[in-house]
Formats: sequence, C-alpha cells, structure tokens
Amino acid sequence: MPYSAAPLPDSGPNKIEVTGLDFYYGDFHALTDITVVIREKAVTAFIGPSGCGKSTFIRCFNRMNDLIPGARAEGLIALDGQDVYAPDVDPVDLRRRIGMIFQQPNPFPMSIYDNVAFGPRLQGVKKKVELDEVVQTSLERANLWKETKDILGRNGLALSGGQQQRLCIARVLAVEPEVMLMDEPCSAIDPTSVQKIEDLMAELKDRITIVIVTHNMQQAARVSDFTAFFLQEEAGEAAVLVEYDRTAHIFTSPTDRRTEDYITGRFG
Amino acid sequence: MINKNITNAVALTLLWIAAVSTVAILSTVILYVVLNGIGELSPKFIFTWPEGVAAEGGIWPTIVSTMYVTALAMLIVTPIAILAAVYLAEYAVQGRLVAIIRFAADTLASVPSIVMGLFGLALFVEAAGIGFSMLSAALALSFLMLPIVMRATEEAIRSVPKYIRWGSYGLGATKWQTVSRSVLPAAMPRIITGIILSTGRAVGETAVVIYTMGQAINLPLSPLDSGRPMTVHLYLLAMEGINLPAAYGTALLLMILILGFNLGARYFLHRNRKA
Repeated sequence: MPYSAAPLPDSGPNKIEVTGLDFYYGDFHALTDITVVIREKAVTAFIGPSGCGKSTFIRCFNRMNDLIPGARAEGLIALDGQDVYAPDVDPVDLRRRIGMIFQQPNPFPMSIYDNVAFGPRLQGVKKKVELDEVVQTSLERANLWKETKDILGRNGLALSGGQQQRLCIARVLAVEPEVMLMDEPCSAIDPTSVQKIEDLMAELKDRITIVIVTHNMQQAARVSDFTAFFLQEEAGEAAVLVEYDRTAHIFTSPTDRRTEDYITGRFG
Repeated sequence: MINKNITNAVALTLLWIAAVSTVAILSTVILYVVLNGIGELSPKFIFTWPEGVAAEGGIWPTIVSTMYVTALAMLIVTPIAILAAVYLAEYAVQGRLVAIIRFAADTLASVPSIVMGLFGLALFVEAAGIGFSMLSAALALSFLMLPIVMRATEEAIRSVPKYIRWGSYGLGATKWQTVSRSVLPAAMPRIITGIILSTGRAVGETAVVIYTMGQAINLPLSPLDSGRPMTVHLYLLAMEGINLPAAYGTALLLMILILGFNLGARYFLHRNRKA
C-alpha cells in the first residue's frame, strides 16, 4: 500500500515535490509510486533497511542515476516547480543547484585549496582574490577553516576521515547549492566527527535544504525535521515509501505498523 | 603425519631454492658487469668522444644519442597514448571493438623488437625517406612503447575510484571536465610510472635502433641527424672485439640508467600512495 501525499502538519514552502516516481535498473523495478515533498530549509531524513532504495531515490534528485547504464525514472520530480527530467534541463546545471555528499569521503587527490576551488573553477572563476574568498567562506561554513587555514596547500587526502568529509561539504558549499543531498555521510567516519557533521547540518539548514539518507535511526531522530521510511517488503520487489511525517511523530507515534516494527528494532 | 611433514619440507625447500636462484642469477649478472665495467667509469669515459680504431676514450655521443632518441620517442608516444587511453577507458562503447583494440595493443607490445626495427627501416628510413636518423628511430621506438604506455594509462584511469568521478559530476562538472580535471590528475602518478618504465625499456632497446638510427658516431642536434646509441655501441665493441673494457663500461652505464628509471617509477608510485 503506497503512501499518498497527505498534507503535512506544518506547511513550509516545498523545495522538491516528487509525484508517482517509479525507478528501474534495467529490468529490475527498484522503487514504485513514490510521492513525497521536501521542505525548504529543513532536514529531511530517509530511513529504511539496506537495499530499500533510499540512495537510489536521492540520486534521482540531481540525476546522478543518469550515469548508470540502464537506469530509468518515470514520474515527476520537481525542483521549485520545474521537472528535473524535462528535456531542456541540463543535468550539469542541475547538479550545481543540488550538491551531493557521499558515504565514502571523496576528496580529489589535490590540495585542500584546490578541492574547494574545484567547483567555482568549473564555472570559470579564475581570479585568485575571488577564489581565496570562496575557499575561506566555504571552509568556515563547513567548520573546517580553523583546522586547515595554515595547511591549505596540503593534499586533501592527508586529512582524517571526518575532516575529509567536512572538506567535501565545503567543496559542495563552494558552488552555493540550494539543496544538499547526503548519502549516509557518517557511516565511514569516527563518532567524534559524526557529532561535528550533525552540528554542521543544524547550522546549514538556515540557508539550504538538506536531504540525508541514513541507516542510523538515532541520527535521523537527532538531525532531521521530517522522516520518510522506505521498505522493500519482499526481495526482488520494488520498494515503497511506507510513511512520511514530522520526525517527532514518526519516532513517537508512527501510523503504520511496519514503521513501528522498524524503529523499535524488530527487523532491519 | 610423516608424509604431510615431508611434503611440507620438500615444498618449502623447492620454493627456497627457486627464490635463491632468482636472486643469485640477478646478482651474478649485475656483479659481473659491475666488476668488469667499474674500472672504465670516469668523467672522461662519460664526457669525451671515442678515439681511434679501438674506440679508446669516452662514449659521450652515444649517451647523447640514446637520450635524444628516448626523449623524442617519449614526446611522440605520451600524447597519443594518453588520448587513446582516455578514449578507450572513458568514451568508447565497451564491447567487441574495444576488446579487439585492447587485444591488438597487447599483441603489438609483444611483437619482437627486431621485427619493429625492420618495419621502421622499411617505412621511415626508406619509404618515407627520413633516412637513418633520430626521428626514424624515435618513430619506430614509439611503435614499441605506444601499446605499453597506452595500456598502463588505461589501467591507471580505470583504477580511479568511482567516488572521485561522482564527486566531480556532483559538483556540476561535464564529462570532459571530470576526465581532465579530476580523473586524469588522480591517475597521473600511475601514468607517469608507466611512461618511465617504458622509457627504461626504450633506453635498453637495441634491435629497433640498429636498423633506424645508423651507426655513425655523431653528436645529434637535429632530429634528422643519425647517431649511434649506447646499446649499438656496446654491441659493436663487443661483437667485433674492438674494446671489451669499454663495452663493459657502456653496459654498466646502461644498467645504471635503467635502474635510475625504475627507481624514478617507484618514487612516483610511492609518493602517490603516501598522498
């Protein structure tokens, strides 16, 4: 029984609206009939067991799935009311507006400075003064400036895992995205760094919309304003969105039995 | 029980013998060349010209010829190999055709070098009319190096983690921006390693250059000048019994050069890992 888009208790502006999305990898039907809205300047968490299509789903938002041969989406995803799969939308422009953080911190094997300046340079920014400024601002916003201001020339890979992830966040912030997708951003880093990244998300949501996929329900409860629970009920079947609501509501009084079973640890 | 222990002991002994023989053979060769050649090595040997019928004196022009042809071949090979590898790894539709190209490259890499020399003689020296020259030799050598550098580059590009590509695409990079600004820089240490290793091979190559560069002892200036590379000098000195000590000296210098190239390649890989 797929979830239908009931109005949420509070109605801030919608940043992304997904209507009746189906997703396929070749013959495999991965997601079916997903309908959900992402609120502007809030943190929305996608939770659910492994393999339930959460990561697949957020990769539709910035069309990263286009890179996978045979992947195909049907249905509507609208960013500020505009269909992201429309023929006149260039995925390259779309990805500037919707940045992405991956599970594995992935700094480029180049200096910290060049990592952050990568995006602005793609857009043709060449002046050192401008680049200096955007590098500093972005590192400050990612809470990494103090640690790195004296070692900007050092290779980004020389940083610790948690610092690398914050460097990747700074790199995304440097292109001033409206939305930041985070695909299990904390599952490959140490607990102290997790804390820093969660704090950072709380600061960033004043300015940008954040969507986070996480395996960690405590994390979803801590950082998010809204939570969507995805489930693939049978192996080989398409996953569905079971329930979507304010995070507080999902974790205290879920409406669906399957959500309750999952968050109380009965499976997954 | 006893049987198992005996099998174990026998296997271990065999492995040990194999390992020791490998090292022993290598050290014998090196030691032999070093002992025979070390007496010749001197600044005079390196920096002066051979004199008289017995080629007394130094081998300077042959060192220059070798370096010249190697550098020229590298300049020809590197851009072509990298562009071809980028196309194969990133753009070509992976299928039969690409598999055939790869197989052809691997086969080209294993063509006996004397065949490549003969080919270079027919095509560049004679048909194209370039004559015995640095350019003819470099072109023939590049045929030998091209598949090696191309395959090494392709492997290097393929081994760049997909996370690096995603990071780049995720920032709004186009495919070409991703390839040129993040994939190639990430693959560069391994590409350079491949180039250095193939350069080392070119330095030691004899059969190709003997047919294409000529044998005259010249200090080449223009790419159309002929010359005599170290390997050919060594071959002539030794085969015709002109000057055996100088032959060993040349051999030792060649080995040092190639060792230098290999160490250089290791240095690049190591620096890459540390980063």
